[in-house]
Amino acid sequence: MQITLEHTNASQIARALVRARKASGSPAMDMVLTLIVVCDDETVTEALHAATILSKEHPARVIGVILGSGSGQADLHAKIRVGSETSGESVLLRLSGRLVKHAESAVLPLLLPDSPVVVWWPGQAPTDPSADAMGALANRRLTDAEAAAQPVRHLRAVARHYSPGDTDLSWTRLTPWRALLAAALDQVRSPVTGGLIEAGTGNPAGVLLEAWLEDRLGVPIRWRKVDAEKIRRVVLETEAGDVTIERGANGSAAFSVPGAGQRTVPLPTRTLAELLAEDLRRLDADAIYAATIKHLLASS
Amino acid sequence: MKLGGNPLRDTQDRRLPQIAGPCGLVLFGVTGDLSRRKLIPSIYDLANRGLLPPGFALVGFARHDFGRRGFAEFAKQAAKDGARTEWRESVWKQLYAGVRFVEGSFDDDAAWKRLHETLGELDRTQGTQGNHAFYLSIPPGLFPLVVSKLKEHELAAPTEEHPGAWRRVVIEKPFGHDLASARELNRIVDEVFPPESVFRIDHYLGKETVQNVLAFRFANQLFEPVWNANYVDHVQITMAEDIGIGTRAGYYDGIGAARDVIQNHLLQLMALVAMEEPVSFDAKSLRIEKQKILANARPAPRLDLHTAHAQYVAGWAGGEEVQGYLDEEGIPADSHTETFAAIRVDIGTRRWAGVPFYLRVGKRLGRRVTEVAVVFKRAPHLPFSSDDVEELGENALVLRIQPDEGVTLRFGAKVPGTVMEIRDVNMDFAYGGTFVEDSPEAYERLILDVLLGDPPLFPQHDEVELSWQILDPVIEHWARQKTIDTYPAGTWGPASADEMMARDGRRWRRP
Repeated sequence: MQITLEHTNASQIARALVRARKASGSPAMDMVLTLIVVCDDETVTEALHAATILSKEHPARVIGVILGSGSGQADLHAKIRVGSETSGESVLLRLSGRLVKHAESAVLPLLLPDSPVVVWWPGQAPTDPSADAMGALANRRLTDAEAAAQPVRHLRAVARHYSPGDTDLSWTRLTPWRALLAAALDQVRSPVTGGLIEAGTGNPAGVLLEAWLEDRLGVPIRWRKVDAEKIRRVVLETEAGDVTIERGANGSAAFSVPGAGQRTVPLPTRTLAELLAEDLRRLDADAIYAATIKHLLASS
Repeated sequence: MKLGGNPLRDTQDRRLPQIAGPCGLVLFGVTGDLSRRKLIPSIYDLANRGLLPPGFALVGFARHDFGRRGFAEFAKQAAKDGARTEWRESVWKQLYAGVRFVEGSFDDDAAWKRLHETLGELDRTQGTQGNHAFYLSIPPGLFPLVVSKLKEHELAAPTEEHPGAWRRVVIEKPFGHDLASARELNRIVDEVFPPESVFRIDHYLGKETVQNVLAFRFANQLFEPVWNANYVDHVQITMAEDIGIGTRAGYYDGIGAARDVIQNHLLQLMALVAMEEPVSFDAKSLRIEKQKILANARPAPRLDLHTAHAQYVAGWAGGEEVQGYLDEEGIPADSHTETFAAIRVDIGTRRWAGVPFYLRVGKRLGRRVTEVAVVFKRAPHLPFSSDDVEELGENALVLRIQPDEGVTLRFGAKVPGTVMEIRDVNMDFAYGGTFVEDSPEAYERLILDVLLGDPPLFPQHDEVELSWQILDPVIEHWARQKTIDTYPAGTWGPASADEMMARDGRRWRRP
């Protein structure tokens, strides 16, 4: 069921939600969290699509917030959808005028009682997410450095203001790489003496990988600049020989460890929804991420 | 904290999946139904999720002239048909490099020798490092032969090149057909494999389910205070299937519902629901608590009054006309095998004295459902007129196991309006709509646990023997009966099952 409200306010939206839920036979009673998506007209379609897929794994009330122009009369429009094709509920808010500066006031009454709140900026995020009015509503704040004009710079800026509950999606994108590297060291029980990352400069995932490896292994990791958008190759030098993982075609990678031939392993590129799903599986602070960005800031 | 000496692993790093170390899996009975429908697709799904080690090896062993290519083709088709994750040719290619096939029958020593050589070759080319698991997806009667051949051909222990390697064996239920045979099977297996290398799998009872029950009972303050004989009237544990025996006549006839399901699945569920809080959630503490329950559980003293067994006869089930058990292909006309079994179990502990546990299982019942219903006593006093509460039943807390895993709480509520009328309502919780889509399927987790060497929730032989001790008298009692009850397919079982409840002043829930 879909309800459109124009020139409205949060209490009318809340009432419409109850109405929509009743009309669809209460399909959304077991929502586990509220997901706020702060976006603009450019990012809204893709972001809400991902959030809809996501709510299949984590039934959620998804609140899309489109911040319009900040000048002029305050105004609020809402589109409410319950039941059809999503497991939870979704509300799309379009804010304009002076309300843009007080967007959290329109969102606060719509949060699910007592359950976690996650805020996600699919586009440019504030550099201090937890101090942001919208970010302050949430327990988990997801930024995406890759969406910024200068990704690495943005990553560092956000890292400087780290507060427990923050993570960047470039860290999430890194998980398959980290899993393979950890699997490699499950097999090679020999101290790591050094390492090498091949990636394009300005790749935030690569920067995080470097910091993570240095932090965990206590050895310097070199960076070889290549003309590639993603991380292309990672080498860990051990006393027994090199561990090499190199991205191949079709979501696979070549994996070689000392004492065994080269093998092909999966290294898929994941969709936005899959990335978010990983992030929402844990709603507490990510201690390893915190240690990694701490190392990142200390080493530069 | 670093994990297992690997500096890249950390207990706090919960994003990293646990990937099995270098290893291979040998499937016996690889052409069978289970292997085709479940095991091979699960292996593909695990690979697709990146949970299998690089260089994983899959060896099929069967009496079939596949050859490696033919077997790979067979496995690919099975994986394609049954996989729950997206099909990626590249993932299959990676698996293919580790696929081998050994042709032979279980009494053919040459074939066992070839298997031995194949594993050695895999250790060299695929880097499996001598770690191999043997999955016995074969009729239980063949377990002793296969296990002893594994020993005879030195497959059950690590080789000289890889002294630190592991060898594990996976056995599917049923674990024997009575106490004596279970003991004999355990003796044979224990002679060959140390207890921590034996994985007894009950695929009905996924690890996820067990953990859900544990979390529900022990992570909450709300339910534990009423979880005892002071408040609970009785407990009903049901596993109903809407299908008949299908093509499993050879396996099913002579085994029957009680041996097939009650012995392992329902008694395990009962133990989980009834046990005291374990001191920790490791395998051992959990086992200790379950064993206490199983050791104190007895079938009701009057087996003639508090058990029921029956066969389905032709009828209409779910809108289709279906045949009776005796008409199924491969079932002898004079078979006395039960397709429905219901028993009452009494648990002699302070917590549960006087609270009967009713267990029932059947094929061709009303619908497919597994659930544990904890039915509470009525309120001692109701300050309403008897008219007001005419439709008020007993409060019940239902742990829904499948399908649609979740919890239902049934309680009384006032019907809106000026008249005081109280009626039962349900409050439902489901473990997320399609949440399961991304959580590994039961078999995936089972296989992964075997490869990781993580046995927590698999029963060990003590539990198996205790379960038979409960069931043996019932089965012996039934064996002495000249006749067996019947029930029309598609219904909720025979009248004798209802009578057995009525004797205690209770009735079955319609799940």
